[in-house]
Amino acid sequence: MIREGVINWAILLGLVALPLWAVFADEIFTITLTTRVVILALAAVGLNIALGIGGMVSFGHAAFFGLGGYAMGILAYHAQTYAALDFGIVEIEGTKSMPVIWLVATAISALAAWLIGLLSLRTTGVYFIMITLAFGQMFYYFAISWGAYGGEDGLSIYVRNGFPGLNTLVPIQFFGLCFVALCVALILQWRLRGSSFGLTLNAARQTPERVETVGLNPMKLKLLAFVISGAITGLAGALFADLNRFVSPAMFSWQLSGELIILIIIGGVGRLMGPVIGAMIFVALEHWLGGLTDFWHVYLGAILLFIVLFSRGGVIGFLTGKEGPHV
Amino acid sequence: MLTLLIIEQVLNGLQFGVMLFLMAAGLTLIFGVMGLINLAHGSLYMVGAFAAAWVAGATGSFLLALIAALAAAAAAGALVEVLVIRRLYKAAHLDQVLATFALILIFSEGTRWIFGSFPLFLDVPSYLSGPITLPGGIAYPLYRLVLIGIGIAVALGLWWLTARTRLGIQIRAGENDREMIAALGVDISRLYTLVFALGAALAGLAGALVGAIQSVQVGMGEPVLILAFVVIVIGGIGSIRGAFVGAMLVGLTDTLGGVFLPELFKLFMESGAATQTGSSLASMSVYILMSIVLIWRPSGLFGVRA
Repeated sequence: MIREGVINWAILLGLVALPLWAVFADEIFTITLTTRVVILALAAVGLNIALGIGGMVSFGHAAFFGLGGYAMGILAYHAQTYAALDFGIVEIEGTKSMPVIWLVATAISALAAWLIGLLSLRTTGVYFIMITLAFGQMFYYFAISWGAYGGEDGLSIYVRNGFPGLNTLVPIQFFGLCFVALCVALILQWRLRGSSFGLTLNAARQTPERVETVGLNPMKLKLLAFVISGAITGLAGALFADLNRFVSPAMFSWQLSGELIILIIIGGVGRLMGPVIGAMIFVALEHWLGGLTDFWHVYLGAILLFIVLFSRGGVIGFLTGKEGPHV
Repeated sequence: MLTLLIIEQVLNGLQFGVMLFLMAAGLTLIFGVMGLINLAHGSLYMVGAFAAAWVAGATGSFLLALIAALAAAAAAGALVEVLVIRRLYKAAHLDQVLATFALILIFSEGTRWIFGSFPLFLDVPSYLSGPITLPGGIAYPLYRLVLIGIGIAVALGLWWLTARTRLGIQIRAGENDREMIAALGVDISRLYTLVFALGAALAGLAGALVGAIQSVQVGMGEPVLILAFVVIVIGGIGSIRGAFVGAMLVGLTDTLGGVFLPELFKLFMESGAATQTGSSLASMSVYILMSIVLIWRPSGLFGVRA
C-alpha cells in the first residue's frame, strides 16, 4: 500500500509534466485537454468541500459553475460590444480582465450559494439532494428563457480574456493560470480540513447534536462551507468559459452536477487529491472511449456502477488501502 | 373570452399535473417503502414511451401500445431492481444517487444505440383525437380530457390499493417496520420488487400517454423527473396524497405562470420587456413555489419528518 502523501505529489507532478511535454512535442490539443482536467478538478474541489468534508450531497453545483461562466460571458460580451451593462441606477462597463471577472464570478456564486444554502440546509438527506437538483434546474431554465444573452444558443466570446503580464492566448500560459488557481484551492481545502472550522464541520457532518451541545451552530458551519464550496466552483466556471470562449445553458445542466459528483467518487470522497485524479480519469475516459464509440456513456455508466457497488473509497482508497469517510 | 382562456389553461394545468402525479407517485412509493432515491425513474418513463411508439408503429393499436408500455416499464423496473437496486437499499443516499445516475447513462445511451437519435412519433388514435365541446361552449381536445380521467382513476386506484388491499397493508407496514413484517412471514424482497415494478409501470404509462402529445426521444424523462422531485418535495416524501396535491400545484403553477405572467407584466411594462421578464419568471415559478413551501414547511405539506 502506498502512502497518500506520495500519491498526491505524484498526481500533481504528472499534471504539470504532461502539458510541459506537450509544449516540446507540439501537441497543443493535449495542453487543452489537461487544462480541461485542471478546471474540472477545481470545480470538483469546490464540491468536495461541501460533499466530502461537510457531508452535503449537492446535486446542483452546476448552478455555481454556470453562474461563474455567465459572469465571464456577460462581462466579456459587454466589453466586446462596447455597450455598458445597464442596471437602471448605475451603468457598469464590461471587462476583458480576468482578475476582475474572477472576482465577480466568485462573488456572485458565493451569493447564490448563500441563498440556495439558506433554503436547502433547512432539510437533510434526500430532501437536500432533490432541492439542490431543483435549484440547479431553475438556473438552467432561467438561462434558456433569458434571450438577451443568447438564450438556448449561448454566448460566444471571440478573444480569450487577458491577465496582466501574461499572454493567455498561448495555451500553456492559460494552463499555468488555471493550475495556480487549482493549487490555491487545494491548499485552501487542505488548510480548511485541518483548521478548527474544518474539524467542527466534520463533527457537524457526523453528529450535529454534539456540535450543538458544545454551543456551536451546525447550520451556520454548513452554510459557510457551502458558500466557500460554491465560490470555488463558480471560479472554475469562469475559467471553463474562458477555455471554450463560449457559455451556454449546458453549463447549468443537471448532468454536469452529476459529473462533478462522479469525479469525486472516482477519485475518493473527502480526499485532498480525489477530485484531481477523478478529473484526470474522467477526461481520459471521455477522450478515449469517446473516440472508440459514440455511445461511451454506456461504458461510463457501467464503470460507475461497478465503483459504487464494489469498491469503496475510489482510486485513492484503492491505492492506499484505506476507505474514505462515509457520507 | 378571458374566462374561456382561464378554464382552458386550468384544464391544461390539471392534465400536466396528473401526468406528473403518475411519475411522482412511483417515486414517493419507492422512497417511502424502500428508502431509495431513484434517479432512473425518468428512464422508465422513456422506456414506456419507446415501447408504446414501437408497438403502435408495428400494430397500429393504441391500446396495445399502452399495454406494451406498462409491461415494458414494469419488466425493466423489476429487472433493474433485482440486478442493481436491491444492493442499494442499505447504502448511503450518495451511493444511490450515483448508481441510479449510472443507470440513466446506460438506459439513455442504450436506447440511442437501438432506436437512433431521431425522435419517434406516437399518434393519438382517431377515436380520441379532435376537440370536444364542454358545457359552456369550450372546445377542448378530447385526448387531454382522457389523460385527466386516467390520472384521477390511477390516483383513486392507488388509494384503494394502499388503503383497502392486503398488498397495501404490507406496503404500509413495510414503510413503518421492515424487520417486523419480514418476521411475520412476508417475503420482503418480493414485496420490494413488486413495489418497484408498480412504480416503474406508472412511469411507463405516463411516458406513453405524454408521448402521444410530444415526441418520443432519448432524454425525455429527465425534465419530468426533476419536476416530479419538486412535486414530492412539496407534497412530502413518502406521501401519495402529498404527491397528488403537489402535482396539481406544480402542474397549475407551471401552465398558468407560462401563459399569464407575460400578460400580467404587460399591464405595466412595454410589450417586449414584459414578455421577456414574464417568461423568465414563469420558468422559475415552480421552484419559487417550492422555496415558499420549504420556508413554511421544511418537510413538505403532508410529510411527517425530513
